[in-house]
Amino acid sequence: MVTAAVSATPLVHVDGLHKSFGDKVVLNDVSLDVAEGETVVIIGASGSGKTTLLRCINYLERPSAGTIEVSGETIGGRLDESGRWIAASERTLARQRQRIGFVFQRFNLFPHLTALDNVAIGLRKVRGMPKREARERAARHLRSVFLDDHMTKRPSELSGGQQQRVAIARAIAMEPDVILFDEPTSALDPELVQEVLDAIRALTASGMTTMIVSHELGFARQVAHRIIYMDHGAIIEQGSPATIFGAPREERTRRFLQHFSKA
Amino acid sequence: MEIDWRIVEMALPLLLHGALVTLRISITSAIIACGLGFAIGLCSLSNVRILRWFAGGYVDFIRGTPLLIQIFLVFFVLPLVGIRLSEIWAGIIALAFNGAAYIAETVRGGVGSIERGQTEAAKSIGMTNPIILTYILLPQALRQMVPPLTNELITLTKNSSLLSVISVYELTRAGQAIISVHFVPFEIFTLIALYYYVIIKSLSWLSRRLERRLPAW
Repeated sequence: MVTAAVSATPLVHVDGLHKSFGDKVVLNDVSLDVAEGETVVIIGASGSGKTTLLRCINYLERPSAGTIEVSGETIGGRLDESGRWIAASERTLARQRQRIGFVFQRFNLFPHLTALDNVAIGLRKVRGMPKREARERAARHLRSVFLDDHMTKRPSELSGGQQQRVAIARAIAMEPDVILFDEPTSALDPELVQEVLDAIRALTASGMTTMIVSHELGFARQVAHRIIYMDHGAIIEQGSPATIFGAPREERTRRFLQHFSKA
Repeated sequence: MEIDWRIVEMALPLLLHGALVTLRISITSAIIACGLGFAIGLCSLSNVRILRWFAGGYVDFIRGTPLLIQIFLVFFVLPLVGIRLSEIWAGIIALAFNGAAYIAETVRGGVGSIERGQTEAAKSIGMTNPIILTYILLPQALRQMVPPLTNELITLTKNSSLLSVISVYELTRAGQAIISVHFVPFEIFTLIALYYYVIIKSLSWLSRRLERRLPAW
């Protein structure tokens, strides 16, 4: 088991998060804290709201109610004195999103750019870094996910596993406070899963704060400081991997894990 | 039926002159239409509501009225508010304003067809909308916009024949002038059709070459 280097103030603070699409409630009063340097793995059946939770944290989805703070700053707006929500400007939101990395299930690399420029473009166009410096830095990040030989290739010339590692490097390059992973290996052929998990493992070992939605329970057990089990838009149970996998308190957690280990 | 070859011989250079005017008008108005169309297309993609309304209203008006009426509006109504244009410039402006609306729709459609994940990925690294549009969406949309854009430019070229009604001496008008003197509609309209055909074929050939030269991935 891994012990968390957990500090007192939470880096991510989610408070009373609700999200509905029309009549359908997807998140129902979710609150959670993630400490700096912590690795949290969120598990649960599909449709349990895990992905929506991640997407709300960097405001790709607008929460219906509740607040999200990252490094002490409320994301997407603020409450004024009378408790009314004042939405943040697009510029403010963009600045806030720089601090929240996101790795998508389907990679979402920019197909017209090389691997190197996929990573460098954020540094250049968001950070205003000169081209050469941005590329040097991008190359360093690509090496950190073991992609030394593929820098000048376009995404279409890379395998799924390589593409996802470029996507991870793209997120790291912005030097975010936290990186969110939305089922990073679900779209991959089985033989390509391990190389992506290795890259994520290296990242968490370096002390990066991460929240990972994943169905890779073996991986979760190894890297997570904490496992969160979600069902029907709510957190049912959370605890150390040893507790959740060894002796879950909730019947629903137990059934989910049984079902999953059979599959 | 007998073809009067002497008339054909006489008409060829006269019509060529008209065809060159058609070409000049088409190219000039195509350039203006592209610039204006891109600007209006970007307005319709903006997150500033007033710009979107403007773009929507503009496209709606152009699509909802006949080009012939738009030509008359530019030619007869603008002078009433003190803007006096020559026939040829009135024609160019009318064609350009008309084409711009359709090009704007092409731009909007092309950018809109890029999958949402691209915008989300760009947002997730802190890009603002103008940066996303310039560096992520437009470069990807450009290649697939070439065929519909070519269609618009071909339509614009064909539409230039309508300018004959405000006495712009382009290909169609040049032909009509010959017909009115010699009454040889068969020969002249066939020649006019051939001239248009050659112009438009070259246009689509150019466009295919351009499309192939744009980078693919």
